Amino acid sequence: MFELLGITPQALTAQLLIGLINGSFYALLSLGLAVIFGLLNVINFTHGAQYMLGAMFAWIGLTQLGGWIGMPEFQLNYFVALILAPLLVGAMSIVIEKTMLKRLYHLDHLYGLLLTFGLALVIEGLFRHWYGALGNSYEVPEVLTGGLRAAGIYLPYYRLWVVALALIVCFATWYFIERTKLGSLLRAGTENPRLLQALGVNVPLIITLTYGAGCALAAFAGVMAAPIYQVTAVMGSNLIIVVFAVVVIGGMGSIAGSILTGLGLGVVEGLTKVFYPQASSVSIFVIMIIVLLIKPAGLFGKVR
Amino acid sequence: MNLSLFQKISIGIFALLLLVPFQNVVYDLFMMKVFCFAIFAASLNLLLGYVGLLSFGHAAFFGSAAYVTAHAMKEWGVTPEIGLLLGVATSAAIGYVFGALAIRRQGIYFAMITLALAQVIYFLATQLPFTNGEDGIQGVPRGQLLGFIDLSSSTAMYLFSLGVFAIAFLLIIRIVNSPFGQVLKSIRENEPRAISLGYDVDRYKLIAFTLSAGLAGLGGALKSLVLQLASLGDVFWHMSGEAVLMTILGGIGTLWGPIAGAAIIVNLQNYLANLGGWSTIATGAIFVICVLAFRRGVVGELAHRLKIKL
Repeated sequence: MFELLGITPQALTAQLLIGLINGSFYALLSLGLAVIFGLLNVINFTHGAQYMLGAMFAWIGLTQLGGWIGMPEFQLNYFVALILAPLLVGAMSIVIEKTMLKRLYHLDHLYGLLLTFGLALVIEGLFRHWYGALGNSYEVPEVLTGGLRAAGIYLPYYRLWVVALALIVCFATWYFIERTKLGSLLRAGTENPRLLQALGVNVPLIITLTYGAGCALAAFAGVMAAPIYQVTAVMGSNLIIVVFAVVVIGGMGSIAGSILTGLGLGVVEGLTKVFYPQASSVSIFVIMIIVLLIKPAGLFGKVR
Repeated sequence: MNLSLFQKISIGIFALLLLVPFQNVVYDLFMMKVFCFAIFAASLNLLLGYVGLLSFGHAAFFGSAAYVTAHAMKEWGVTPEIGLLLGVATSAAIGYVFGALAIRRQGIYFAMITLALAQVIYFLATQLPFTNGEDGIQGVPRGQLLGFIDLSSSTAMYLFSLGVFAIAFLLIIRIVNSPFGQVLKSIRENEPRAISLGYDVDRYKLIAFTLSAGLAGLGGALKSLVLQLASLGDVFWHMSGEAVLMTILGGIGTLWGPIAGAAIIVNLQNYLANLGGWSTIATGAIFVICVLAFRRGVVGELAHRLKIKL
């Protein structure tokens, strides 16, 4: 059947895998956006820049850092970056929350969006100034090179690893928020922060940590993306607009909903690339329009 | 004749603007660029300042009108006023469709939807053959206004731009002060109450959005005549961000604010144009400062201090 349509199973699986990978990134990023919005009432426009920072820090650790400290052989490998970069970005985000975002909670939500938009421009501009607009490539870690060959289909190990790891992290985040004590505090804070505070819970601390963790997730996705895409200063801003559409489609009401919507849309986008390549870059936006027409609150959104 | 302070100040500013071609300190071309972006920012302010809707996709209207006007002028050889009208009609039509979709969600979602929809226009601009991709439409002729006034002369083009700007400015004042404008402000202040008073809020929002899109298109169309260029930068989301920045820097919900904001930002970009990434960094930094410490904006602060309306 596939041959009849002029599409080989190889091309189809390759695009499906790419779709799943993109979907994993959409899921990780929209998950972070949803958690942050739930508690802070801020749409974090800096999310794309924080994703970029994750990739950028990984790249710097692998290729630049040795030169800086005068030991050219010194490298921070991929797996170290996978832990260090999110921690670093999380710490930076906590500083941002403590010094700037905190002042805007009593205002209209729009100001949070505008502030984080400005911050995204500053971060992106700085890295474009330092490293130019051209892409830097990041090598796949040696352990994960090569791939699986079966029935004429080639599946690179690294891509399989990304999908698996992203799914594990998504599930862990869902489990943490929906099934643990700390997660229940977070959910309570989303419902009614003042009541939670009255019960003696340190809500501002939870807010700060949530922002840090949400942004760390974005950086984590960034490190995973580094060996797949080119590491550039603008890699995040192109992605964040698509993630916004994902968030509009899914609605920010449910954690599991964000994950499913992200993965599903990634796959749909991948399939569009197989069947109608010209439309692949707008497919998610078209789905957003259809969802707005049929179910304006979003697939998992609450009507309000 | 009894003029309000606002009217006196406005007449004074326009009188000064009429004198620009007769001196050598301020460049005509610079001022014309300011007019284009002032119309653009004022169109966004019409939504943000008077209806309380933040559109993050106004570049779609600015850019699509710029492309259509540039194409009509260059390939069809129409007169400038027809070129402008075609551009405005295009952006208003796109605005009607986008508005109808975006008003289905409120608040923060509205901003995200407009941003995502605008990205569709950006992708179209990269794909459609008539936009010439990365090159854009270059060397757009300014043509002959009404068939006999040659706009290739700098003074004629300046006066024409000033006229277009004045018309747009008066139109916005008229909209804001009309009964229609009062309803818009009531939606901004308390949407549920406006609904309960029997106003079809969605219809008002849609009309305001379409008007705003058409005005943004007027700015873009004029820009393609002034700079004789329509390019991908006009439809990129950075451009939407600039309109928002000009508006908050000048003062949300003030009539002169977006114009002052446009003048400051265009000036700044002139200085930073050769410094690559610094223009983006400065833009972002001003955003952060405005949001954190200067939410009234330049004109808004002035109006507040002097206790007048501007």
